[in-house]
Amino acid sequence: MTAIGEKTVSNKSESTAEVVGVSPKRGIERRGQIITGLCVTLVVVLVVTLIFMVCSRGLATFTKDGIPLGSFFGGTTWNPHQNGADGVPLVGALPMIVGSFSVTLLSCLIALPFALGASIFVVEIAPGFGSKIFRPLTEVLVGIPSVVFGLVGLGIIVPWMRGLVGGTGYGILSASIVLAFMILPTITSLSTDALAAVPNSYRDGSYGLGCTRWQTIVGVVLPSALPGILTAIIMGMSRAFGEALAVQMVIGNAAQMPQGLFTPASTLTSVLTMGMGNEAMGTLPNDVLWALAMVLLIMSLVFILIVHLIGRKGAAKND
Amino acid sequence: MTDTTKLTSSTVQNPVLHTHDVTVDYSGKRALNETSLSFESGTVTALIGPSGCGKSTFLRCINLMNREIPGCVVGGKIVYHDINVNTKGIDTLWLRKRVGMVFQQPNPFRKSIYENVAFALKSHGMTKKEELDERVEKSLRAAALWDEVKDKLRDSAYALSGGQQQRLCIARTLALQPDVVLMDEPCSALDPIATFAIEETISSIARNGICVVIVTHNMEQATRVSNKTAFFYLGHMVEFGDTAQIFGAPKDQRLNDYLNGRFG
Ligand SMILES: Nc1ncnc2c1ncn2[C@@H]1O[C@H](COP(=O)(O)OP(=O)(O)OP(=O)(O)O)[C@@H](O)[C@H]1O
Ligand SMILES: [Mg+2]
Repeated sequence: MTAIGEKTVSNKSESTAEVVGVSPKRGIERRGQIITGLCVTLVVVLVVTLIFMVCSRGLATFTKDGIPLGSFFGGTTWNPHQNGADGVPLVGALPMIVGSFSVTLLSCLIALPFALGASIFVVEIAPGFGSKIFRPLTEVLVGIPSVVFGLVGLGIIVPWMRGLVGGTGYGILSASIVLAFMILPTITSLSTDALAAVPNSYRDGSYGLGCTRWQTIVGVVLPSALPGILTAIIMGMSRAFGEALAVQMVIGNAAQMPQGLFTPASTLTSVLTMGMGNEAMGTLPNDVLWALAMVLLIMSLVFILIVHLIGRKGAAKND
Repeated sequence: MTDTTKLTSSTVQNPVLHTHDVTVDYSGKRALNETSLSFESGTVTALIGPSGCGKSTFLRCINLMNREIPGCVVGGKIVYHDINVNTKGIDTLWLRKRVGMVFQQPNPFRKSIYENVAFALKSHGMTKKEELDERVEKSLRAAALWDEVKDKLRDSAYALSGGQQQRLCIARTLALQPDVVLMDEPCSALDPIATFAIEETISSIARNGICVVIVTHNMEQATRVSNKTAFFYLGHMVEFGDTAQIFGAPKDQRLNDYLNGRFG
């Protein structure tokens, strides 16, 4: 109480000092502004340079090396060191693009029911357990490094797949399961927040009309939390899309069009981590890797854009 | 108009609902002492009293909304059409369909205007579109909202003004054809014009034979809309009587002080 009082008093004296132009704090304030301003500039410069660098290198594939867009995005054979029958290097990225999208969508499909179920349970059914035990737990899980998930996948899921359907055990499904584990905490914790943000007055309104708890959850709470849940899904997807290490450990890394869920495949990220160290700068095989990175970057930006669009729509609806 | 309703209510005695020694404890702390009141069809009863005296607590007993609050224990009898509903086995869903509730803050669902009214109907098993359409229109008319929204039933309920939202909440309650409607300060978030519209709505639903119980901090509102008034003070129901008598000739000293603005 007194602290607040004192603060107002000192503020008052400050402003009077400013009027007469002898504020001793002015220098500090200026310096603070400059330092924070520099930090902002640094971040902005970093982001812009990063995007510029990836894009300029990536575009070199099409400008300098003269690869047609169609054979990059539409080609199905990936072997940058060889030329195809038409004389164009074999740099078809479609297998990796398909691979990336399949593991992303599939892992979300696997994780979503569990994530939603868990968040409904902790918000609507056992709030005490939710806030005391479950939330801290998911926060810990979010922070687990992806290599740990990869190891678990390698040690458990791949052998399990091998036993179940034969083959090597490596493939899109194994990668999707590993990714699902990895993004489960992210989606769960974000959708828990979304459900918890639904005002209690909505629930009261529904109970007051004699609706059951289940009708209230399905008919009132979930629709109200939909923008937040969508955001949670997109965040999970963008994490799955960008994950390299864990995927690379279990997907089998065969740069070929995915034949099914159980055969080795590859993703944009896995090809990048496997190949980047081995190619000389400025050569075509190096340039096409940059082009893959550009596709990754653009997709991440698209994910972020979608999140913002959902946020804005949700906010507009709230008014 | 109000005079005639007052006359009928004092001559025809048919309680839909009465409470007998109802008490409420929140986690062992007494919030409401033995309260016995009776409510008749077609009358409006106002619950008044200073903040924290237990008006909302009492109101939420009647449709068993207090059961949603952990640690809340309700004692005594709440008799609705000769059935004591304050028992373990009672079907709260059935009761809340019959005893509707309107809250202090307008709380429409994040749905269209139409769906706001139809949601509970669907939850209770009404599926035919014609039936739903008809009931939605009837309820919106009863809540004096139909003319304002009939061309935009598919718009979000959030596009309505606060007063319209509150009437929408009344409409969605009326859609279940309750015979008791509980209102907890339904106008406290509204401006005078919206308040006037809600008061009109209250009078008209009472004329249709519904028993209305309304909590209000607005003394003029109590005199305008209610036939009976109950005064609560520090967890006790202190005085209950015809609204004219409560405001014109209060018997209890505390009520007298309250009306003269000496506390609360
Ligand atoms: N959920 C709850 N848990 C614990 N105590 C509660 C709860 N709700 C109300 N109370 C207590 O019960 C008493 C009566 O509260 P109530 O909300 O019924 O008052 P009120 O008359 O409606 O007041 P107001 O006019 O401010 O709405 C208060 O002392 C309050 O602190
Ligand atoms: Mg209250």
